[in-house]
Amino acid sequence: MTEPLLSVDNLRTYFSTEEGIVRAVDGISFDLAPGERRGVVGESGSGKSVTAMSIMGLIEPPAGEIVTGEILFRGQNLLSLGEDEMQDIRGGQIAMIFQDPMTALNPVYTVGDQLVETIVLHQDVSKTEAREIAIQALDDVQIPNAKEKLFDYPHQFSGGMRQRVMIAMGLSCNPELLIADEPTTALDVTTQAQIMDLMLQLADDRGTAVLLITHDLGVVAGFCDTVQVMYAGGIVEAGTADDIFYNPQHPYTWGLLGSMARLDAVQQDRLHSIAGTPPSVIDLPPGCRFRPRCAFATDICGRILPQLREAGNEGQTVACHHADEMDLKTLAVDSSDRIVKQDEVVS
Amino acid sequence: MSDTVEEVQVDPSQLPDDIIMRVNHLVKEFPISKGVFFKKQVGAVQAVSDISFEIREGETLGLVGESGCGKSTTARTVLRLLEPTAGDVYFRSKERGVVNVATADRRVLNDIREEIQIVFQDPYASLNPRMTVASIIAEPMTVHDEGNKQSRLDRVKELLKVVGLSPEHANRYPHEFSGGQRQRIGIARALALRPTFMVLDEPVSALDVSIQAQVLNLLDDLQEEFGLTYLFIAHDLSVVRHISDRVAVMYLGKMVELADRDALYDRPMHPYTHALLSAVPIPDPTIEHQRERILLEGDIPHPSNPPSGCRFHTRCPVAQEGKCDVDEPEFRELEPDHWVACHFPEIKQVVV
Repeated sequence: MTEPLLSVDNLRTYFSTEEGIVRAVDGISFDLAPGERRGVVGESGSGKSVTAMSIMGLIEPPAGEIVTGEILFRGQNLLSLGEDEMQDIRGGQIAMIFQDPMTALNPVYTVGDQLVETIVLHQDVSKTEAREIAIQALDDVQIPNAKEKLFDYPHQFSGGMRQRVMIAMGLSCNPELLIADEPTTALDVTTQAQIMDLMLQLADDRGTAVLLITHDLGVVAGFCDTVQVMYAGGIVEAGTADDIFYNPQHPYTWGLLGSMARLDAVQQDRLHSIAGTPPSVIDLPPGCRFRPRCAFATDICGRILPQLREAGNEGQTVACHHADEMDLKTLAVDSSDRIVKQDEVVS
Repeated sequence: MSDTVEEVQVDPSQLPDDIIMRVNHLVKEFPISKGVFFKKQVGAVQAVSDISFEIREGETLGLVGESGCGKSTTARTVLRLLEPTAGDVYFRSKERGVVNVATADRRVLNDIREEIQIVFQDPYASLNPRMTVASIIAEPMTVHDEGNKQSRLDRVKELLKVVGLSPEHANRYPHEFSGGQRQRIGIARALALRPTFMVLDEPVSALDVSIQAQVLNLLDDLQEEFGLTYLFIAHDLSVVRHISDRVAVMYLGKMVELADRDALYDRPMHPYTHALLSAVPIPDPTIEHQRERILLEGDIPHPSNPPSGCRFHTRCPVAQEGKCDVDEPEFRELEPDHWVACHFPEIKQVVV
């Protein structure tokens, strides 16, 4: 096997709040190979964005803190680097695209200024050369009249165009890893198709590894080679896209896929749904975090937190005590989701 | 032409038995004004531009389109939360017979509003954080002067049970609930006056997938239980396919296609519908890698200055010069119950 580009080992990122300690990411490990496109999926609060922020070194103490873990990027532990060294990597070898392109761009500088700033910071070039690179970068993301658009301000671009600018900025320094945090969530579906198509093309051409964070399993299906499913701060299942979509082993993954309305099929009258709501990550119950919503939970699930282990296809890993023994198809659609239990209300 | 809406229905205020609402040539413009002290109107955004459609008793009509297409404005104008610029909205009221909502006076409107309700997208913004759940749900009854304090409280408890919450939740505040639970509270409030017609404006868009499914199932159950008619507005075409009986597609203030659900998804005819459907990702890697996307060029034009002729011609892959940029296509019934506004309609399989 090739040396992983990125290797996250037992990462725990906690935030202290007045209500208690929020364990946003609680002991996750995964590897990313060069050129691999990996989807990180999960619902809000599952820890996907905090995972990205931790890798980028954007967790600011004292509010948040990486408690344990290692993040190895090409063998180097990012957590041991100082702020100066981290700044070289951020935007250079690792780039990030955010959900909302309007807030990610500075409204009082032209798009050209912001692009040139990034390029001069990370590459040994003059301003004139940087401008040439910037024009090329805008060209690559198919922005028409790149030369003139350099002098425009972010508000003069539409949402889709702004996200193209963000991608241009992210890729202008030829990073080895691109972290895209819900890059198309704020966009309309036809624009989303344009942007995902563009990202796929660019990542393919340049061999950039991508960590795509999203709640949309459809986007993952078209873009990613591998997928990890997160729930309440932990990874519950990981494998190739085919493993996850065609042979899910964790009841949560199965439920998530079943509860999606699909464009290509009309489901039976009711959608499969997972009863209850995700737990608050402040007072996590011992044992499996999915237990309160799981139809297969037994005694052991309340006591011991399951670790990822191989189940299903080769290389597929699942954090479930009962992986391989459950028949997930018996999770029939029922009406129990109609009722919200009294104790589920967040207090 | 003989197959336009107006000529088939001679008198638009006469609603056939199975029709609960008819929207006729509805227009909603928002003025654009300039100047600090002396405001002068310099133009108008045509958010909804002459659309006509009917809603059948007991059905769910899905209204889809991308941001800025006018779907939410349509919903609000139909309820007269916004004043229509022109057009009529005929509604079959249980109390008052057929009423034109667009021109009704305050008293009539007040009566009708018991029968038409709306659920909003954002369950965080649509519930007053200082009111208890009980007073939120009872508010429509208070406003419409229904029952006394005790009977209202009984109804609140009953409604909480109907939407799957527990009567003990009545004295809590919205912040104690999660997004999905709040949306249930919004639905309970909408049901308080026993409406017959509900506008659902992106009711699940702010929710996580597993919670979306719960709320969609609940809406399904309620429709069956109370015989409700839904106008369901959403941008998520997968959700709309699941819940709707018929689906209408809007683009830049115009309705471009309207058909039975299966006809629209299996045999779409308008090039915009083709592009829209082909862009929606399907959670299945094999299908996704095989599907062909119809990628549209550029962005949606601004509605203050819509393109001439067919509004979609600037981005349309099949537009023909001299025709599409000049003549506005009529909204025609090309197959039974399948309406399309296009000069060159073509049935195309784009979903799988």
